[in-house]
Amino acid sequence: MNGWAGHLIVVPILLPLIASAIMLLLDERQRRAKNAISLVTHVALLGVAVTLMVQTVQLGFSGNSATRVYLIGDWAAPYGIVLVADWLSSLMLLLASILGLASFIYAVARWDRAGPRFQVLHLLQMMGLNGAFLTGDLFNLFVFFEILLAASYGLMLHGSGTKRVTIGMHYVAINVATSLLFLIGVGLIYGIAGTLNMADLATIILGTRGTELTLLQSGFAVLGLAFLIKAGMWPVGFWLPKTYAAAVPPAAALFSILSKVGIYALLRVYLLLFTSEVGWPANFGGEWLLYGGIATLIYGTLGVLAARTLSRVAGYCVIISSGTLLGTIGASDGAVLGGALFYLVSSTLGIGAFYLLLELVERRETESSVRTIVEPVFEDEYTGARPEENADEVRIVIPATIAILGGGFMFCALLLSGLPPLSGFIAKFAIIHGLLNLEPTIAPAIGLLVALMIISGMATLVATTRAGIDLLWTPSDRPPPPLRLAEAVPVGLLLLVCLGLMVFAGPTMRYMERTGVSLQDRQGYINAVLGADRRTTEPRTALP
Amino acid sequence: MELVLALGIGVFTASGVWLILRPRTFQLVLGLCLMSYAVNLFIYAMGRLRVDAPPLVGSEAVADAAIYTDPLPQALVLTAIVISFAMTALLLVVLIAARGLTGTDHVDGEDEE
Repeated sequence: MNGWAGHLIVVPILLPLIASAIMLLLDERQRRAKNAISLVTHVALLGVAVTLMVQTVQLGFSGNSATRVYLIGDWAAPYGIVLVADWLSSLMLLLASILGLASFIYAVARWDRAGPRFQVLHLLQMMGLNGAFLTGDLFNLFVFFEILLAASYGLMLHGSGTKRVTIGMHYVAINVATSLLFLIGVGLIYGIAGTLNMADLATIILGTRGTELTLLQSGFAVLGLAFLIKAGMWPVGFWLPKTYAAAVPPAAALFSILSKVGIYALLRVYLLLFTSEVGWPANFGGEWLLYGGIATLIYGTLGVLAARTLSRVAGYCVIISSGTLLGTIGASDGAVLGGALFYLVSSTLGIGAFYLLLELVERRETESSVRTIVEPVFEDEYTGARPEENADEVRIVIPATIAILGGGFMFCALLLSGLPPLSGFIAKFAIIHGLLNLEPTIAPAIGLLVALMIISGMATLVATTRAGIDLLWTPSDRPPPPLRLAEAVPVGLLLLVCLGLMVFAGPTMRYMERTGVSLQDRQGYINAVLGADRRTTEPRTALP
Repeated sequence: MELVLALGIGVFTASGVWLILRPRTFQLVLGLCLMSYAVNLFIYAMGRLRVDAPPLVGSEAVADAAIYTDPLPQALVLTAIVISFAMTALLLVVLIAARGLTGTDHVDGEDEE
């Protein structure tokens, strides 16, 4: 960790910031240059995320602490700003960069032309995501949340139109109010503990008693509410399906990790700070998560069955995924984390691919309305339908486009509903297996959670099959619209990663289990952050 | 002074919550503004109320923490103000766009008759 390699942790934040700043200088017409810069940045982000993860694995399996700390400005830990890369952060960074790259390539095909500055907003969103995953204190978590939200407002409104603007307004208003809740929570915690650094907080709250403890817990409860609104838990998650359905597909695909940021923050804070050692109720918040998760699952299952459009189905899949994760975290106090994290990765990628795919599938129905916004920018580009001579052939054999779309659709449906043999099944199996082995007798609430997980999978299958028959099997007079390489590649990439999760389920599961263990190891995190060495050892001299 | 501040924060929050539950977009923006004022004051108050206590150590540095106020909440408030300012500006733009597209200032884009 010497020299330039030590600065690797800060790169996922700085790189998109610099790239997007450069792109602001470019004119809107220089699309090709913007796309090139953006592509290079995304690939570089992916490279950095992979490197960080490899480092984590090497450090972790050689017996050292895999938690690496970067002191910004070289200020010692509780006073300066720290970035922390550990098992969970590396995993989330990699997940975000895969999803970011896929949705960016997809957007190049045509959606980036639906409005100005798509690439800039997309990269800023990546910066916010990466920052939120890396930061080691609550206030910077707030700042990075705001960055990713501000970018997501822009992406949400991308493409404009009455529906997007009205729903975008709801989205902005809800999130501004949520941010205020976040600040109230942070303020209360600071007022009692006098610090916002998570490692420092974890040691300081051990000493709080009496009314101070009550106030601190209220602070955490308000903060938790803000996270749960982001994650889309039942009574506070009604905004989610309709917002995601209104966003343009590449933005919606990237948004599928947005709700997981709430889950990430919850995992981080909940497992690090809420501990039975303090005389807190051992399951402070756990029951809320369990019952909230159950309610969310019920809501998601009903929603997915009632949804009439595919984008709504995908939205309720996000809700189901959140419900499963919240319930699992709440039920086990973090004991079944391996399976839950596997599920998090698999469902995020699956939903991302689904959002990208469903637009291609639905395009047959809405082609005429969409085409008005797509104009050829280059002379050799052809955006119209294929020539008519193909039309006869279409009715005889299954056109390749439909075969690819149908195959991808089926893959997504299996992945989301958790049927074997894909990674969704492995994840759900690991969760259910873990939940059933928690205690010798199964608590009724946990039994209900497991039952709902299985039922929600079935509901997803019913909903996607119904939609698939409607969209893919119905003969259409028009030939299928051409499928562009730039649109097929990202969907393929995401599905390939899911396939990889299935084929390499063993090593992946070991990584997830190890992540779970590291999250339980509170002292390891605290020691790593507070004991981080400064780069320079000479004392700072006072200014004259 | 504590009482006045507490009452102020309470009144701001109550008015803000009432306003964001109203159906007009401008009321929504005003409500969010008032609530963000309340939250900013709240964070500021979390550093404890002190009169005549500077947040910064002067050149004649005396290492006595008791005569200084906590500078961190003030820095936090500054960040929070900037962010909520930007968000309000953005919300105003969206509000005007929605007004132009739907022809009404109802938050759902349509007036119930």
